[in-house]
Amino acid sequence: MPQDALPFKDKDKIKKVVYAVDNKGHYTEVQSAGWEAEHVATQQAWEAIEEELKETAEKVAKGELSPIAYFMLKKLMDISILARYVGKWQWQVKRHMKPSVFKKLQQKTLDKYAAIFGITTLELLHFGQTPPREQP
Amino acid sequence: MNNHNIFQHHQHAHCESGVTANLLGHEGIPISEPLAFGIGAGLFFAHLPFVKVNGTPGTTFRTWPGAIFKRVTERLGITIHKEKFRTREKAMRALDQVLAQGKPVGMLSSVYYLPYLPEAFRFHFNAHNLVSYGKEGNQYLISDPVMEETTQIAPEDLANARFAKGTPEPNGMMYYITQSPKEVNFAKAIQQGIKQTNFFMLSPPLPWFGNKAIFLLAKKIKKYPQQLPPRKAALYLGNIIRMQEEIGTGGAGFRYLHAAFLEEADTLLKRDDLREKSQELTAIGDQWRNFAYSAARQMKNRNSDRVSYDELSELLMEIGKQEKTFFKQMEQLKW
Repeated sequence: MPQDALPFKDKDKIKKVVYAVDNKGHYTEVQSAGWEAEHVATQQAWEAIEEELKETAEKVAKGELSPIAYFMLKKLMDISILARYVGKWQWQVKRHMKPSVFKKLQQKTLDKYAAIFGITTLELLHFGQTPPREQP
Repeated sequence: MNNHNIFQHHQHAHCESGVTANLLGHEGIPISEPLAFGIGAGLFFAHLPFVKVNGTPGTTFRTWPGAIFKRVTERLGITIHKEKFRTREKAMRALDQVLAQGKPVGMLSSVYYLPYLPEAFRFHFNAHNLVSYGKEGNQYLISDPVMEETTQIAPEDLANARFAKGTPEPNGMMYYITQSPKEVNFAKAIQQGIKQTNFFMLSPPLPWFGNKAIFLLAKKIKKYPQQLPPRKAALYLGNIIRMQEEIGTGGAGFRYLHAAFLEEADTLLKRDDLREKSQELTAIGDQWRNFAYSAARQMKNRNSDRVSYDELSELLMEIGKQEKTFFKQMEQLKW
């Protein structure tokens, strides 16, 4: 049973149970720190998100996308999930990602987005106006 | 009502079969996780290229959420209560009422809102099962089968997890056992579980479900280098590996768990043919592992080397053929 712990985003804090055959040929539950293949996949999934997050932050700074696009990714959501949380259609959320439409959004809608993202409305409005900082 | 107030938490590989085993154990029905998984016909395969989950095609190695608990309780003659809610307030109040009677309650939740889980796992996955077995102050006592120990959660977090949005939406779903028989007939339930697993693997006439879907995925993988940019192809592969190995499957996409079930079935029913089948499935599981290993290497390279994608496709084709033979033989078993 391989035990390749991965100290990445606290993954090593859980030892999970897997089923394996012991030396008498019987199945038993074994605690496992995981193995290489799944760690590669876990890490890759997160790296892909971070890469996309960086690209999106740059697009927001350049005025190609609204901050909603950035915070959606930061919360690991996609448009279908975010639309369900704001209670709007997907095409509406897509429109809100255009900076020109975003500027004209009502206070009420902005507040709703901010609450979903766990930030203040001011943080949402002003994101990207200064060069994007490293997000923890 | 039962009088054992102390809930026994056991860590398991998979959330739903784990919750099922823990809840039944509390009722005095000793059942292992593999037995719950097999009786509930948990093993499955599906690949849905058109259903994108966070941008990657959906792949699953198990049956749909809720099915295992439902089937196991039905097959063992256990009565349950299931309920969804319109509002968080009603859902939390109903939970408190059942907990006040000393009953442990199973719930559907989103792992994204469970602060006790490592960040690495916390995606918007909305079909995670856990049990609450009481309260301490306003904190809920939680038995999450993928955790080594019990834990606690704040009411706000639990409500968020129960009312997560996306696909599927738990809508506060909770379930608990209302009545259980003094004795249960495992023999018949095992037989029903085995037959249903065969049925779901072999008979769906659509290419996206059961054994056919393994061949579908094999064909798709072959085309990844032509159809996808390298980054995307690697992400698609990574997602298959995570579904197979990372997300509480007990290893090899539930194949080892089902093999453990067949071994236990052999012990309970005294049939050596099930032991043989268990060993065969273990060998197939080893090949799934080999596939994951090769896929991870391909992913790390990120070069769309067509030869390697061809090889991965062939590995899957071979697994598909062997599983087909395996389940066909399982169908031939005399009962």
